[in-house]
Amino acid sequence: MSSTATKSLNPLTLKERMKVPRQAMLEQPPLLRAANFKEVNLGYSEELARQEALRCLECAKPTCIDTCPVGVKVKEFVQLIVAGDFMGAAAKIREDNVLPAITGRVCPQEDHCEGGCLMGKKVHPLGIGYLERFAADYEQRHMDLSQIRKAERTGKKVAIVGSGPSGLTAAGDLVQKGHKVRVFEALHELGGVLVYGIPEFRLPKQIIREQIDYMRAMGVEFETNVVVGKTVTINELMEEEGYDAVFIGTGAGAPQFMGIPGEHLNGVYSANEFLTRINLMHAYEFPNYDEPMLDFRGKDVAVIGGGNTALDAIRSALRLGAGKAYVLYRRSEAEMPARIEEVKHAKQEGIEFHMLTAPIEFLPDGNGWLSAARCIHMQLGEPDASGRRRPVPMGGSEFDVTLSVAVIAIGTNANPLIQTTTPGLATNKRNYIEADLETQRTSRKGVFAGGDIVTGSATVILAMGAGRRAAKSIHEYLTTGVW
Amino acid sequence: MFKILHAEFIAPGIKRFVIEAPRIARKQKPGQFVILRIYEAGERIPITIEKSDPERGTINIVVQSVGKTTHLLNSLEKGDSIRDVVGPLGKPSEIEKFGTVVVMGGGVGTAMAYPTAAALKRAGNRVISIVGARSKDLVILEREMRDVSDELLVTTDDGTYADKGFVTDKLRQLIDKGTRIDLVLAVGPIPMMRAVADMTRKENIRTIVSLNPIMIDGTGMCGGCRVLIDGKSQFACVDGPEFEAHRIDFAVLVQRNAMYRLAEQKSMEDFQRERESLLEKVHAEEEAECALQGGGK
Repeated sequence: MSSTATKSLNPLTLKERMKVPRQAMLEQPPLLRAANFKEVNLGYSEELARQEALRCLECAKPTCIDTCPVGVKVKEFVQLIVAGDFMGAAAKIREDNVLPAITGRVCPQEDHCEGGCLMGKKVHPLGIGYLERFAADYEQRHMDLSQIRKAERTGKKVAIVGSGPSGLTAAGDLVQKGHKVRVFEALHELGGVLVYGIPEFRLPKQIIREQIDYMRAMGVEFETNVVVGKTVTINELMEEEGYDAVFIGTGAGAPQFMGIPGEHLNGVYSANEFLTRINLMHAYEFPNYDEPMLDFRGKDVAVIGGGNTALDAIRSALRLGAGKAYVLYRRSEAEMPARIEEVKHAKQEGIEFHMLTAPIEFLPDGNGWLSAARCIHMQLGEPDASGRRRPVPMGGSEFDVTLSVAVIAIGTNANPLIQTTTPGLATNKRNYIEADLETQRTSRKGVFAGGDIVTGSATVILAMGAGRRAAKSIHEYLTTGVW
Repeated sequence: MFKILHAEFIAPGIKRFVIEAPRIARKQKPGQFVILRIYEAGERIPITIEKSDPERGTINIVVQSVGKTTHLLNSLEKGDSIRDVVGPLGKPSEIEKFGTVVVMGGGVGTAMAYPTAAALKRAGNRVISIVGARSKDLVILEREMRDVSDELLVTTDDGTYADKGFVTDKLRQLIDKGTRIDLVLAVGPIPMMRAVADMTRKENIRTIVSLNPIMIDGTGMCGGCRVLIDGKSQFACVDGPEFEAHRIDFAVLVQRNAMYRLAEQKSMEDFQRERESLLEKVHAEEEAECALQGGGK
């Protein structure tokens, strides 16, 4: 692809660019989408994309790139959109990001590229996420998988454990270096948290499948139904199956419960279970799919937590016909870790946000089912380890919220399956795998790790960043043999 | 896809499958299970592995028709395929020399107790097995259990075969006779395991049961299979499936297993109406997969 990086094709002056409003994303109207699982955002047209791309100031030192965990060359791909070379734009993104259609949809752009956009200091930042999504979707509609060039084989074999964002990224980068790459996935479907965690209305399964088909065309092999640590161990992969290196990207995986009375009641779910039923198992399509779900119609549902997972869960409940749908969060809205766009969408759809509120007990109905959550009001005290102000319970402020279903979305713990079956693999106090934050090397020669299993719950793009760094250092290790 | 190499009913509504699953066969230990999904729209269900043959790369499972998925599974024949089989999951049974062990199998639970009984015998234990079923034709694996037991006792609820009564009656007799029992392993319906636990608690006999709550992933990711052990949540898929019986809150187990009863009833009604078309779906997926493989990618 020819790059237009040196000479601007943008006909507008910098002043004029600042005056173009940020182009809104087309989306399903709130009341309509609150009753279906189809994607909320509908994408940019070519016209809207070019209009938005024209806003780019083409900074000499673009901070949007520095703030991207995988270093997407934002300025260059946006210039290619201005030039009308949409395939070129997609190819430019792919140089650094093997899952552009996914990050274009689920990245918290405000924390990365758009947060770094200079224009954001004066007006709204450039819609980099929307443009990335546009380029990726355009590529999907126009590309020919048979044209994908495969790299020359190096003869080295790499096993990737987990097909989530870090694993897929590492796989994509490594296969382009010519290594034989095989991805092992515990579930029956590929994509990890992208498939079991993120609902159809935010990230359609078809998009994930297309991205994975692209990786297959690049030469990546996939094997589902393999629980590494149970079906096969890391040692067996290296000693018996001949893998020269292994990347562990298994995610955090184990649900955190609150440890309050009544958590075993019917109707109380972990977000992992709730979302897995709906997303991976298609319970929302029962009885066309066999996995059952409770009948939510007219029932009051609450999610506990303030992250993207919490919003995914409660918006799913709403789409299943919930009566009242609440978010109960122990801090205030300013501390909510969810993407800004998701909070906006959830509010438009009619989700009720109750901030500074935490359940202290789930109350039974007498037959083993949840009937209410006893909650307490909180106030914000001094900042805690995360830098956010610590929520402190207000004595005597208890009140009950009538509920049929409660979904606990307060984070995850490390799943110990691999740690306990891989001798010599160092872990930290919380049982996450110890890995160097630059090279992603673990304490075991040839074994690398990245994503949530190293850092604890984070985002898709941060996991991808780790996958990318791991791929780079795995390639170095395989080429030099130096550990 | 996982090919069914052999399928036969060993009792009314109870079928044994031999499935090609080399990776699982290589690693399986007594007490472990697989999770399977028959076809694209299927649910994931846990099924205990009866035994495996690492050389042939096969595992055996024994399935009782209960709901839609098990009925559909038991409609499959040799040559059919199961879309997904993953395992071996769960912790293996604790196998060591305890002394005298009473192994109790209720109904299809006998198939799950069998590999552990065999391993306990190999470990040098005196194994007394008690096998029970509702009636004569539902007694399974009697010969296999006899082969791995020093003593085998059989009961049927209705008295149509062997001694009339429950497996717990036999356990009571053993205790009353003053038999020294170092460990009881019981696998079967929840009411049976609960009754065993109640009996041995009073006698202070260590007792282990194998639980089969509702599961999805089977790797500790969803927490749906949580059971209350000494008042604390544990996950049957990774912390179990075997637990110390005296510590289990059986009431919560029963309550949680009933969570989807209405949906399960609807699924079962659908199955009875749509059995043929569901089988067609399964076969169509098999053919599509075959074409994909044959297409030589």
